[in-house]
Amino acid sequence: MNRKDILALVQDDRVHRDLYLSPALFALEQRHFFANTWNYVGHASQVPAAGDYVAVEIAGRPLLMVRQGDGSIRVLNNRCAHKGTQLVTDACGSVGKFFRCPYHAWTYKLDGAPLAVPLKAGYEGTRLASCESGQGMGALKNVAVYRDFVFAKLNDGGPDFHAYFGDVLAAIDNLVDRSPVGRLRIEGGVLRNVVHCNWKMYLENINDTVHPMSTHESATAAANALWQGQPADAPKPMAMEQILPFGAGYDFFDRMGGRVYPNGHSMLGVNFSIHSGYAQVPEYEAALREAHGEARATEILQRSPQNSVCFPSLAVKGSPQAIRVIRPLAADRTLVEAWSFRVEGAPDLLFERSMTYNRLVFSPMSVVAHDDVHLFESIQQGLRGSSNEWVSLHRDFDPAELEGGTREVNGTNELLMRNQFRAWATFMTQDMEG
Amino acid sequence: MMDAVSFVAHEARLLDERRYDEWLALFADDGRYWVPLQGAAQQEGAPHNALADEDRLLLQLRIERLKNPRAHSQHPASRCQHVLQASTVTLDEPERCELRTPFVYIESRGERQLMLAGTCSHRLARVGGAWRIRLKRVDLLDAGAPLPAIQLFP
Repeated sequence: MNRKDILALVQDDRVHRDLYLSPALFALEQRHFFANTWNYVGHASQVPAAGDYVAVEIAGRPLLMVRQGDGSIRVLNNRCAHKGTQLVTDACGSVGKFFRCPYHAWTYKLDGAPLAVPLKAGYEGTRLASCESGQGMGALKNVAVYRDFVFAKLNDGGPDFHAYFGDVLAAIDNLVDRSPVGRLRIEGGVLRNVVHCNWKMYLENINDTVHPMSTHESATAAANALWQGQPADAPKPMAMEQILPFGAGYDFFDRMGGRVYPNGHSMLGVNFSIHSGYAQVPEYEAALREAHGEARATEILQRSPQNSVCFPSLAVKGSPQAIRVIRPLAADRTLVEAWSFRVEGAPDLLFERSMTYNRLVFSPMSVVAHDDVHLFESIQQGLRGSSNEWVSLHRDFDPAELEGGTREVNGTNELLMRNQFRAWATFMTQDMEG
Repeated sequence: MMDAVSFVAHEARLLDERRYDEWLALFADDGRYWVPLQGAAQQEGAPHNALADEDRLLLQLRIERLKNPRAHSQHPASRCQHVLQASTVTLDEPERCELRTPFVYIESRGERQLMLAGTCSHRLARVGGAWRIRLKRVDLLDAGAPLPAIQLFP
């Protein structure tokens, strides 16, 4: 498949089913698309001390996010330069002052540089020092830490970090600035889901405001029935406060508004969202005004976008403070992780909200997610059938949008998805011949 | 009155037979169903998340949803089977009882079958001459691993 073949799969208002189904295309995505884009690696709070590491896989490559002796963070290949053993096989931990391969005891500094090998004399006069195997684990060159969010890009070409994300970084600011001291900590564990669907299906659904009414009908109907008859001023349990808004109508979702940015990023709910109605916490809000000033504090608190997508691996919720990380495993298998944040300087209530929301909506046991997951898996099967090889993205298509740039539209506009696929085509083919 | 060990077996049987309303009635008013994310390693009260942590209100929401024909993920319906090891009574008082029951849980739907292993702990209280659940804690071996949808009640 060459550049031309791939570009033909993404039309202005629809995409070809191969984007979801084809294992060959997935292999090309691993080599090109995921290597050309900036992907979320992890959060700095996961590696507080020198030698702490977190193992991740991006574009099919095993990587380690490692805290250095000088406090900086590097991303290294989790591969011994000798035979290829992974230097660590736990999901996270600490290696202390250096890496030591369990197989033949080759050692590396925390930045991946070679430290020592046994039987050193045996390498004298060989080509080891001058070839790849003598260069250590290899640190990724393109790593950026933005307000403790760590991103990496495997290939060298393409836009640098700030040019790539541009103004969507405001979504991360909105999240981090909810802390009067500007600091978040990953806490409370991670909910991990394996969904038998293509990763793009999950990612586009994050911007799909038209599905809740029909997809989540059973969950919201049950919630409404149970809550019915409560007096209007009855204090809502947190779970009800979080589940009931899923039943909001088409009009609500349309008016919440959406914004697209260059390179596939988006912010949904630029006006308001299903998270806007959470109970206020006066003391905390006062602390935020003290820290950020009246104008900025008001802006943060009044803006609770539904979902902001830092394409293609991260979806952010400013309130509740939660992120989803999308890790493709195969053409038809995706790992979705939901992480909670503790907001430093904010009351425990915010942390409770973060954990409760993730548990209610993104847990493998979530009654909301059950219907999403079922439908994604159903699409993965359904697409194989029929003579229709295309997936429709026509809603509110406007030829003017092809100019690109940052654009604000109605909340049910499928531009937020079309924008993802246009970026997919760009970064998929960026380093392809022809 | 049903003895505590029989009660635990009865509770699992109600789930396996999809008698969810009867199952919910086994919970005390302040009853809780909890599947901690760290499994047996998680301390009660620690600030850590769970796969599920539900009071009667949320359990009822789950059960009412399952009755709705538009619970899309229930086409086809999920079925489950609890295979219980003998329960060990860890607290035996006239008004309170605690038991520990290792299990294998199978949830089946369409062509896919999911198997989970773990241990559940029941904290029971005597209410009006019958045992009621104050806490059913389900410690899964793999609670923190990447998991597919678990739609019923391990």
